Amino acid sequence: MKKIENAAQLDAYRQDCVAERDPDRALIAVCTGTGCQAHGCDNVVEGLRRELAAAGLDDKVEVKTTGCHGYCEKGPLAVIRPEGILYQRVKEKHLADIVAKTIAKGEVLDKLLFFDPATKARIKLEKDVPFYKLQERLVFGDNAYIDPRSIEDYIGIGGYKALAKVLAGMAAAEVVAEVQAADLRGRGGGGFPTGRKWAAAARVESEVKYVICNADEGDPGAYMDRSLLEGNPHAIIEGMMIGAFAIGATAGYVYVRNEYPQAVRNLQCALDRARELGLLGANILGSGFNFDIHISKGGGAFVCGESSALIASIEGEVGEPRAKHIHMAESGLWGKPTVLNNVETWANVPLIINRGAAWYKGLGTEKSTGTKIFSLVGKVKNTGLVEVPMGISLREIIFDIGGGIAKNRAFKAVQTGGPSGGCIPAEHLDMPVDFDALAELGSMMGSGGMIVMDDQTCMVDVAKYFVGFLKGESCGKCTTCREGLQRMYEILDKITSGTGTPADLELLEEMAPVIQQASMCGLGKTAPNPVLSTLRYFRDEYLAHINEKRCPAGVCKALSAATQA
Amino acid sequence: MIKITINGKVTEVAAGTTILKAAAALNIKIPTLCNHDLLEPYGACRLCLVEIIDGDWSTVTTSCNYPITKEIVVETESTAAVRARRMVLEMLLGRCNTSPELDRLAAAHGLQSSRFELDYDDCILCGQCERVCREVVGANAITFAQRGVDRVVVPPFGEEAEQCIGCGACVYLCPTGAIQIQEDGEQKIIDRWSRVLELKYCKSCGVEVAPVFQCDYFQKKADLPTDFFDLCRDCRVAQR
Repeated sequence: MKKIENAAQLDAYRQDCVAERDPDRALIAVCTGTGCQAHGCDNVVEGLRRELAAAGLDDKVEVKTTGCHGYCEKGPLAVIRPEGILYQRVKEKHLADIVAKTIAKGEVLDKLLFFDPATKARIKLEKDVPFYKLQERLVFGDNAYIDPRSIEDYIGIGGYKALAKVLAGMAAAEVVAEVQAADLRGRGGGGFPTGRKWAAAARVESEVKYVICNADEGDPGAYMDRSLLEGNPHAIIEGMMIGAFAIGATAGYVYVRNEYPQAVRNLQCALDRARELGLLGANILGSGFNFDIHISKGGGAFVCGESSALIASIEGEVGEPRAKHIHMAESGLWGKPTVLNNVETWANVPLIINRGAAWYKGLGTEKSTGTKIFSLVGKVKNTGLVEVPMGISLREIIFDIGGGIAKNRAFKAVQTGGPSGGCIPAEHLDMPVDFDALAELGSMMGSGGMIVMDDQTCMVDVAKYFVGFLKGESCGKCTTCREGLQRMYEILDKITSGTGTPADLELLEEMAPVIQQASMCGLGKTAPNPVLSTLRYFRDEYLAHINEKRCPAGVCKALSAATQA
Repeated sequence: MIKITINGKVTEVAAGTTILKAAAALNIKIPTLCNHDLLEPYGACRLCLVEIIDGDWSTVTTSCNYPITKEIVVETESTAAVRARRMVLEMLLGRCNTSPELDRLAAAHGLQSSRFELDYDDCILCGQCERVCREVVGANAITFAQRGVDRVVVPPFGEEAEQCIGCGACVYLCPTGAIQIQEDGEQKIIDRWSRVLELKYCKSCGVEVAPVFQCDYFQKKADLPTDFFDLCRDCRVAQR
């Protein structure tokens, strides 16, 4: 393949890619994200191709295998373009009709359309389905339009434009300033200002610097980063390239869990294609900028999502955190200045460069700009990935986009921020979702997990579950995290077994702040959140377990037996 | 040089000096069970917690691995620091009751016992054994394995520590007495590492020199004559 040597050639290549992709041509975009794979989308793709060939339509209609569309509840998903008709829960038995009726004759198959329980009407177009309608899919939306294994698809929708803009006409300092001006905050959990990280690393003089993409997503029930990496790997590559140029890095690493095989495959494929075109390597687009990206596969330790443990793991050491009194911007990977950002953070970068910091700041709230992808799971009707502007309320996400609580039960709490996030009760459903508001409520943004719980959930049991998860993932290096979480778990186990005492509650509350203050890394420092937030909002449930030996939700078996007897 | 105030005492230290070292220079003792001057700071036991105060802002942090890079005010006996240390001690006491050093520190913090049920282990995972073996001795005979409360220090694969030279540095540093070394006839044994070492005796006077494996290790490492350890130190000096 001929290499693209400058911005003009990239533009010409883009024109070719666009010309080959007639927007009015019939196309069936089938979601092949991991969720739809589990629903059997591969058979749908194969079957559609077979039916199209049999009907002699295979050269007129393309079946595009895309990444995750987000509406996992209704998978496998197929969108028929150019109209944008959404067919959901598509099975092999529907394929002949889709081709013979919808594709050949333009007839819509009612039974495959979304049924709106509110209006009792079928909704034809994807954009009108409430789940999608209320979202702002700026980062995640491209997933549905591109085959992640095709760099031409990505270039065709404007991919690598931001890179060309940066390399052709921006100074490194201008790029840093633009990201700073956009107030982009880290999507991985901490919400630290990305631009400030970049500026700190840019300031340090060093011939070797690194950028790292943290794709060690490990929160139970969260899969935003997986779906981005699977569905749009070039956006992350482009973001990392821009960051590398801005701070003066020559190499990048994507640290991705090996349990994400499709993400690893698609990323590897994207890197290979980008190298073939000369978009990675030496003298990129004739600018003199040299950069390449390596994949480092993680073995599945949750703690390796913590930046210092992640770096230790890339270096070939045991993935355990180190003290972070010296900033990574000065001494990170192999002691060199390093910028580490999460998958979603990197994917936001091309957007900011293309459309400008001023535009970006117009999205979201004053202190939390842009959009955020959430993994909406648990007892909610519409399970899936949603991208919304920061500042939208929890109620809008759970009830308007999520469709409310499954089986029409009552809402009890939503846990945001992954296992070390907090559980937020109904009284705060109207809080705007942003970094600071969630922290104020005793929870956190985290990487975007959102687990909805109904009235059949016991909050003590929930706290026990998450502390149990975290104690199992604690590396065990420091006393407070290792011993503290084990002891917290034992106490919660006592309470849910009916042998808890008021003194246990005191001890929990005495331990929690020490674990937060004294633990070495973020895992331990945030681990008491599920306990503290449930104590804050659902203390009466703890008291019922302890004083009345009763589990109000009827979950704790030892106690429900006692109540019956 | 950077100015630092600890418990109201003022001193100046080189940039990068840890709070723990700066405090020691001021004769202020901060408790620790995992720090040793010969080893890199590790920050595992969390006993050396102090409070750093900067106006309205303050934080509790470990002093053993905190490098001083700007002027700071430190309190080692503030309410927050002492409360946190007490809880750490209580957690450690819930794990281990065989360490006189731990008992002494607990008593000094007003703790007679732990509210946690004793989950007996003679090791508090301070990691001094693993670090001295790797950083100072260079034998790398033992390592950490597992995670969370299952974390242990073990020889590779839990089998005999084949790289152990029997120097006893780990035995000497262990704050809980969990590692013991014994002599049994012509062997030196470290049970914890399943290590059995044959001893070498002086060819001239018959006194014990050191384990054969250790003699070979140092002979190679220092490029000594191959018969260097055939004699004990006294006989070697006498022969010169």
